[in-house]
Amino acid sequence: MTALPLILTVFVACAVEAIEALTIVLAAGLTREWRSTFQGMAVALVVLAAVVAVLGPTITLLPLTALRLVVGALLAIFGLQWLRKAVLRATGYKALHDEASAYLREVAAAKEAASSSRRGVSDWYAFTLSFKGVLLEGLEVVFIVITFGANQHNVGGAVIGAAAAVVVIAVTGIVVRAPLARVPENAMKFAVGIMLTSFGTFWGAEGAGVSWPGNDAALLVLVPVVALVSLGHTAVLRRTATPVPAPAADPSQEVPSS
Amino acid sequence: MRRLKSIGAFWYDFVVGDDWRVAVIVVAALALTAQLVHAAGVNAWWLLPLCVFAALGWSLRRATRP
Repeated sequence: MTALPLILTVFVACAVEAIEALTIVLAAGLTREWRSTFQGMAVALVVLAAVVAVLGPTITLLPLTALRLVVGALLAIFGLQWLRKAVLRATGYKALHDEASAYLREVAAAKEAASSSRRGVSDWYAFTLSFKGVLLEGLEVVFIVITFGANQHNVGGAVIGAAAAVVVIAVTGIVVRAPLARVPENAMKFAVGIMLTSFGTFWGAEGAGVSWPGNDAALLVLVPVVALVSLGHTAVLRRTATPVPAPAADPSQEVPSS
Repeated sequence: MRRLKSIGAFWYDFVVGDDWRVAVIVVAALALTAQLVHAAGVNAWWLLPLCVFAALGWSLRRATRP
């Protein structure tokens, strides 16, 4: 199997999470102070990199069958979560993730918070907001990088996909200097959900001992079938959906996670 | 203790998510697949995809039920 599906899946998954993290970082930086915001972001990225550096090589030491069984199960469960949310959002049963209103909520909260310096950081609020935002959004990416990469014995390829997405989103954010509200986040999540569910099902079943007809070529059938089933659910639910409005810019609310 | 609980809740939400039944179906399907392969000698490659599709459909139906 080539590394392309791995790199592309990780790239798209990471891009979605990076867009959400960018919204929080922009709100902290533009409203409060850039230095503390960058410090928070940098510390979170170091923590995420350390998790990958420690867990990535460790998990690949597991026997392949056990690795595929456990990681396949986790990926399938994780992928079904993404798929479920994406279908519910695409059909109007759940509000779409709106970066513009998430940004307004964070800005309102950041303006109200008191300023204090701590542990060499001049604005502790900006630091923690940026740190938490990047760390929490990044954890899902780390999970995908480690599980996906370990199963293909290519954690390096997964890291390249993730790093490329971070660079692309960061550069776009610097150029635009606004939340990337026009990016089709839900469609990207839908695609990632399909890939994670398909690969999780494939590896999980292999780990349980089955031999897929056609070996790796079975994925060329499994991925489109998962996509068709998901699109079928979307088409059926669209007929009965009652649209859910996007959340209002209420400063008392947290930014909803993915 | 409270911190431990919140860490546990975070990881549960992170891995299992909104519908625990999906996780239960996936794990049960994998266990059944392994049983069929190793105990009965059936190459049950079709079982997990069927269960995954059923889990998605059931979960969506529950989430959209009026």
